[in-house]
Amino acid sequence: MSNAAAVTDATWDAEVLGADDVVLVDFWAEWCGPCRAVSPILDAIAEENAGKIRIVKLNVDENPATTMKYQITGIPAMKVFKGGENVKTIVGARPKPALEAELAEFLA
Amino acid sequence: MAVENVIIIGSGPAGYTAGIYTARASLEPVLVASSVDPGGELTKTTEVENFPGFPKGIMGPDLMEEMREQAEKFGTKVVYDDVTALELDGDVKRVTLGDGTVLEALAVIFATGSAYRKLGLPNEDKLSGHGVSWCATCDGFFFRQQVIAVVGGGDSAMEEATFLTKFADKVYVIHRKNELRASKILQDRAFDDPKIEFIWDTEVVAINGDAALQSLTLRNLVSGEESALEVTGLFIAIGADPRTHLVHGKLDLTDVGTIAVAGRSSRTSLPGVFAAGDVVDPTYKQAVTAAASGTVAAIDVEHYLAALPQELKEYA
Repeated sequence: MSNAAAVTDATWDAEVLGADDVVLVDFWAEWCGPCRAVSPILDAIAEENAGKIRIVKLNVDENPATTMKYQITGIPAMKVFKGGENVKTIVGARPKPALEAELAEFLA
Repeated sequence: MAVENVIIIGSGPAGYTAGIYTARASLEPVLVASSVDPGGELTKTTEVENFPGFPKGIMGPDLMEEMREQAEKFGTKVVYDDVTALELDGDVKRVTLGDGTVLEALAVIFATGSAYRKLGLPNEDKLSGHGVSWCATCDGFFFRQQVIAVVGGGDSAMEEATFLTKFADKVYVIHRKNELRASKILQDRAFDDPKIEFIWDTEVVAINGDAALQSLTLRNLVSGEESALEVTGLFIAIGADPRTHLVHGKLDLTDVGTIAVAGRSSRTSLPGVFAAGDVVDPTYKQAVTAAASGTVAAIDVEHYLAALPQELKEYA
């Protein structure tokens, strides 16, 4: 199972929008196979880039308000937030090197 | 570093079946299954009703789990990484993985399947995950009580449309022709479904929306007339292309883009390199034909290895 902390509709504003650091939110669900595949890859990226990017997870089944707000219709969806703004979106599982390349600006 | 007997690239029915057969032949195969997509396209389907031996049907992801287990049971070593480069000429083949590991083997079975075709329209990538999808079982959940469309006329399009009626209020099926390519049983199921409406002789010419899909622009191919269709979801099921980018310029391809093999065998244009499954098959593309093709490749590999000079065999 993932090491990433869970965020919810209730904690979204404080944990994501109000955060001082760069946060990647992994929108996921139990029934989503590609989400399970990408989860350990995100764990590894978080561990290798501690202090640069914080990775959290939002369960789309349990948190419909945030899921609707960001018009998520496909998961895994990975959204990067900086200063309350969604600065990057990646949809769909990717191998680790491909994810690292897409996130390069936040991992430097 | 040890040289393997055989490396199998791909983890669909062809790859796993080649694993079962080569493992039972004591070749200790290594199977590279991909990091994020192990099990292949069948993991994105629901009920598989036409795989022999499962009269009650079996879920696609479950079938692939069973195949993996069966391959591992006889000693297939499954590696969850992606192939990034291949050296296929020479007696010893080299396979580079995403983490930088280089594997060597006397034979390679290439069973990478096919990748979903895109429409090739401007907003298609931008709205992917925001209304545009290639996988009903993955994303259908997000379209409860909405009006959505499926484009395509084959088995996958009918399966997706029928599956999506569980969630959506209405599913349009947009097809370029006025008849379907899908099998009769899937056609009948779609025709009988009150939530499905067909839009014939029509293609999608634009995908409209800013942050999320709002509408499609359609063109009737008979009258030339264009119209708008308001939908929040578009599922693209217009077929798939063989996944051959790793072997471009290395192996001969056919004029339809599949890997060329000799006759009914799996032998490619390079000795020691074999290909199986949808990557060699422009016609049938079934789980069971891919599995059979994996068997052919496994037996071809056995014969190839048996005929190698003794000094090469001693590598492995």
